[in-house]
Amino acid sequence: MTATTLPEAPRRYRRRRIRPARVALHAFLGATALAWFFPVLWALVNSFRDYGYTAVHGYLSLGGFTLDNYANAWNQGELPGYFWNSVVITVPAVVLTLLLSSCAAFVLSSYSRRFNLVMLAVFLAANLLPPQALLVPLFRLYTSIPLPYWISESGSLYDSHLGIILVHTAFQIGFCTFVLSNFMKAMPDSLLEAAKVDGASVLQQYWRVVLPLCRPSLAALATLLVTWIYNDFFWALALLSSGDKLPITTALQNLQGAFFVDYNLLSAGSVIVALPTLVVFFLLQRHFVAGLTLGASKG
Amino acid sequence: MVSNAPSPPREGATRPGEGPPRRPGAARRRSTGLRNGRADRITLALMLGVPALLVVGLVWLPAMVTVALSFTRWDGIGGLETIEWIGTQHYVDAFTIYPPFEPALRHNLVWLVFLFAVPTVLGMFLAVLLDRELRGGSVYQSVFYMPVVLSLALVGFIWQLIYSRDQGLLNAFLAVVADAPPVDWFGDPDINLYAVLVAAGWRHTGYIMLLYLAGLKAVDPSLREAAAIDGAGPVRTFTRVVFPALLPINLVVLVVTVIDALRAFDIVWIINRGRNGLELISALVTSNVIGEASRVGFGSALAVIMLVISLVFIIVYVSTMLRGAHR
Repeated sequence: MTATTLPEAPRRYRRRRIRPARVALHAFLGATALAWFFPVLWALVNSFRDYGYTAVHGYLSLGGFTLDNYANAWNQGELPGYFWNSVVITVPAVVLTLLLSSCAAFVLSSYSRRFNLVMLAVFLAANLLPPQALLVPLFRLYTSIPLPYWISESGSLYDSHLGIILVHTAFQIGFCTFVLSNFMKAMPDSLLEAAKVDGASVLQQYWRVVLPLCRPSLAALATLLVTWIYNDFFWALALLSSGDKLPITTALQNLQGAFFVDYNLLSAGSVIVALPTLVVFFLLQRHFVAGLTLGASKG
Repeated sequence: MVSNAPSPPREGATRPGEGPPRRPGAARRRSTGLRNGRADRITLALMLGVPALLVVGLVWLPAMVTVALSFTRWDGIGGLETIEWIGTQHYVDAFTIYPPFEPALRHNLVWLVFLFAVPTVLGMFLAVLLDRELRGGSVYQSVFYMPVVLSLALVGFIWQLIYSRDQGLLNAFLAVVADAPPVDWFGDPDINLYAVLVAAGWRHTGYIMLLYLAGLKAVDPSLREAAAIDGAGPVRTFTRVVFPALLPINLVVLVVTVIDALRAFDIVWIINRGRNGLELISALVTSNVIGEASRVGFGSALAVIMLVISLVFIIVYVSTMLRGAHR
């Protein structure tokens, strides 16, 4: 697994002549890219247009540009609250997942191969199970686990942010453990040996030696996890009952009602909801791509 | 690897469901003779035990309980003593007297076939085109996989702006160009599945492209050079040399696509809760379990059908991944 450092594409022999094949290639890719970008562009353009104007002139017109939709979507849709819920769920879930999976990977990467395989199989397969298949028992389990009021207003794990954080963590640990244990196995043994000779405890070996070296993998996984957990729709739908606790992605279905008749408002709402993942994508694209291909490619 | 995994070594090993290993220090270590102290052994047990407990307790155990519940009748609210054992009745019912089941199965299958036929093929094609030194290549790549970072629920929202009967772009465009009557793209049960599939495929293509791009970069360049020396054109080089070398990636793409087709849920739920032409097994399970009727046993039986189908592919995936990891 050397997925974090993908080998460079074979360099092609360059010719100065403009080749028709190259022109055709750019024409095809350019047209496809435009078509691909269009739905987002359309949402973006309409989000800046006045509803009254488009209602009269139709959407195939120009003019009536405004910023009001953003202010209205933000306030009418009560987006700040939903965004906060997303933060409260996503950040602890990502941190907890990375912490636990790096611990598990650390132990697994220093054990016998066979045991390793069994545990990794159990971990990795869990990541791919259909969430619906766990719904009933989890629901029942969550309602029967009492929590003090200061953690959950509902008095149980059901309808609490903690419950959502835990289920995300349980689901994502598998993939992250797999990726991290491959990464740790590729590290030179001598580093750990040296730490052991120096009398470092297991915890010190993990925290001082192994974890700092895992930084690139952790960054890639964190980018991926933020996107996945922020984008989750199902778990919050199934395990939260109070509307005011919903994260933004699940709250979309309530927003649909609030924005129903005004598609410009809907556009602005969509852009706002897409913004965090798009920012992550554009700023950390390298990590994101590395993360997505981490599990899939084998060097 | 899940079903026919070798039994773990007796000493220091743990089986799923048994909690943390009792004597982790006793397991074979790759290190030299340095032995861990007692505190270290406890630390190791916790480091593996806590994550394992979460995965087993919140994923595997519920999955097994779902299988058991699928053979029972239960309202999901009453005490455990109100659970009534009824055998395979729910499975028989699903296939015989539950009208949405057959369309849901069919739609999931259409979903799968479509994902393979269009986005997967297109994604692979784009990857092949982009796997070269090309001016603006990274811009093209970014545009194609940008939809991957959006949730499927949001994808449904964004495409609503195009598909809406009264305010959508598509109908406005068709009215101008062809004077066509408005079509309810997401509402008409004859066409809404395909309209949704275009939106879902829009997102899937970039993902597949990314996987193949990574795979293509890992293909040994000397293979291609050898093919070129032997006089093979680009098409022959790809079909005879490069594609076979992509076998592990092909397996991953196969599994990812099947699992995606099976787990598809958000987009149909946000459009109409998976009814009226958009029935999918995932949506049926959800509406049976969290809907008003709360038919827990029946919903579980449907979930088990999903589980069994996905397990077949999960086994393929896990064994591919682990074989690669331990070569």
